[in-house]
Amino acid sequence: MSTTAPAWQRAVQHRLFWPIVALVVLLAVNTVNRPSFLSIRIQDGHLFGSLVNLLKNGAPLLLVALGMTLVIATRGIDLSVGAVVAISGAVALSFIASSPSPDSLTTVLVAAGIALALSFVLGVWNGFLVSVLGIQPIIATLVLMTAGRGVAMLITGGQITTVNSAPFKAIGSGFWLGIPVAVVLAGLVFAAVALLTRRTALGMLIESVGINPEASRLAGVKARSIIWTVYAVCALFAGLAGLMISSSTMAADANNAGLFIELDAILAVVIGGTSLAGGKFSLSGTLVGVLIIQTLTLTVTMLGISPSVTPLFKAIVVIAVCLAQSPKVRDLIAARRRRAAPTAAAAAEVSA
Amino acid sequence: MTERLTSRVRLDRRYLPVLGTFAVLALMLVVGGSRYENFLSARVISNLFINNSFLIVLAVGMTFVILTGGIDLSVGAVVALSGITTASLLQSGWPVAVVLVVSVLIGTVLGLAVGLMVHVFDIQPFIATLAAMFLARGLCYVISLQSIPITDESFVALAGWSQEFGDGWRVTTAVLIALVVVAIAFYVLHYTQFGRTVYAIGGGEQSAMLMGLPVARTKVLVYVVSGTCAGIGGLLFAMFSRSGYSLTGVGMELDAIAAVVIGGTLLTGGTGFVLGSVLGVLVLGLIQTIITFEGTLSSWWTKIVIGVLLLVFVILQRVLVVRRR
Repeated sequence: MSTTAPAWQRAVQHRLFWPIVALVVLLAVNTVNRPSFLSIRIQDGHLFGSLVNLLKNGAPLLLVALGMTLVIATRGIDLSVGAVVAISGAVALSFIASSPSPDSLTTVLVAAGIALALSFVLGVWNGFLVSVLGIQPIIATLVLMTAGRGVAMLITGGQITTVNSAPFKAIGSGFWLGIPVAVVLAGLVFAAVALLTRRTALGMLIESVGINPEASRLAGVKARSIIWTVYAVCALFAGLAGLMISSSTMAADANNAGLFIELDAILAVVIGGTSLAGGKFSLSGTLVGVLIIQTLTLTVTMLGISPSVTPLFKAIVVIAVCLAQSPKVRDLIAARRRRAAPTAAAAAEVSA
Repeated sequence: MTERLTSRVRLDRRYLPVLGTFAVLALMLVVGGSRYENFLSARVISNLFINNSFLIVLAVGMTFVILTGGIDLSVGAVVALSGITTASLLQSGWPVAVVLVVSVLIGTVLGLAVGLMVHVFDIQPFIATLAAMFLARGLCYVISLQSIPITDESFVALAGWSQEFGDGWRVTTAVLIALVVVAIAFYVLHYTQFGRTVYAIGGGEQSAMLMGLPVARTKVLVYVVSGTCAGIGGLLFAMFSRSGYSLTGVGMELDAIAAVVIGGTLLTGGTGFVLGSVLGVLVLGLIQTIITFEGTLSSWWTKIVIGVLLLVFVILQRVLVVRRR
């Protein structure tokens, strides 16, 4: 029966079926509401259009969610990414603001380098707490989540630091060959992660650590280094996202930069079908999850509803997708199908 | 004296984290008292309770959830929802008694929904409560985008009631409610079958199930307890601020979790005390008080100090757990 199941049935059973349905429905709602939604035009050699904006605004979330996917695959979680976003932006902008030549490329490169290096160090710190001291990930990263925004405020002196720097602005709002730089960066990172985890054994090792760290250690997997690495990488990506976010506003707001981005990222990962229990992950699922969250936010705004109400719709999507993916509901559907199958077969015989 | 203390500690390791919290609290009081004038006054201590009454109630509810090995991220948003509902209903002229019940029940219903999601549909507590958090936050904005002041006379009278006794000691309605909640929680957790089941689930869900304990019912109920506490917390916050606003309580769930952890409850479940969580809240509140007294320290130091304290306690707990094995 299962081998001869029609293609649509196999598609329905695919992990990403419901998330993609949700995404298509959202895109359809937007297109009905505003027919020009799907159109992309070229202006001054740059791509413009709602879809391009969607991708551009989603780039930081995609970066954070990619790191989060790897962390969650090892059965961990990283709550500190929002704080890292804030710290990274604060460091970069404070450095540029205090430099004599904020418009020079060198200044911006050094600023970005310092911010990314610091983010990496913060990730190493998280990884140390989790992999060496063996503290639960949620609590280990809660420490930095709580203290991080304080540190970011300390760096900016409690002010919203603003700067004018053309090269820095390019990270968040510039274009490269007509494509937004943010999208190019996020795309490159996505491709790199996908290649590293799916074309080498790294992905499998990460999953094996997620299934059972002790067993994989006994099997010769360096569980500790792998866990340590994913936290460091996750924070590094968050730092890059922090540069993008602070660059698109050209301001480092220690209190609000990247606020709740950790929750959105976790949401994107879960919507994409990666289980919080670890052991398996889906990068394409995360991508779909990020697109759903971004499209949802855009839809709410375009329908003329106050953007503040977005959380309500997020909740509905999360609950719907989680329920659709929950084993209980799957069992129910499967049971109903089993009951329906004999009658359907009988009906087919009669008609034949 | 010290000998007796150590032998006692050895007798019951379970109390060690709570004693640690108590020591930190005492140390902060001593250091504060020696540094600032009027720090150890009845007024400051009373205010510590008055300003943190809602957080005490939240931490109590969170303790139940964390004891079973779960987590509740929705409490901050539920505080806002319950508060804004209170303000909004009072504004449209509902009787106070009904409003009090309704705003607490909102938390209860949301908690029940979370519990069912966790238990029936096997959704991880983290995600289920995250969804509840978004839901509550979104509903807040549906009710009102602006802050709603509370002008209802009987509510204001209720919120403003306070009893002074002795030399500057003062309790308010909110403090009384919080203390009653703590007392009930203490009784339920230590003297009822429900409480024992909560600890048993945290110790090992499989074993609890094999022992024939009502695991399913209890797992749903801890979220109901936490939701109800969040509803009460919202009410207390509305009393405290005399208004309802959809942005209140952002990050409050983290304060509650931090208080529970600092209070010595293990996040893996099974070990911890309600009174420890109350001590945790007092430690957090005292950090704020000290920073206010210091005057020159900027507000961001609060977050950094709480983070560092959290780290110290987490590592301490970790060391204790490792030693026990």
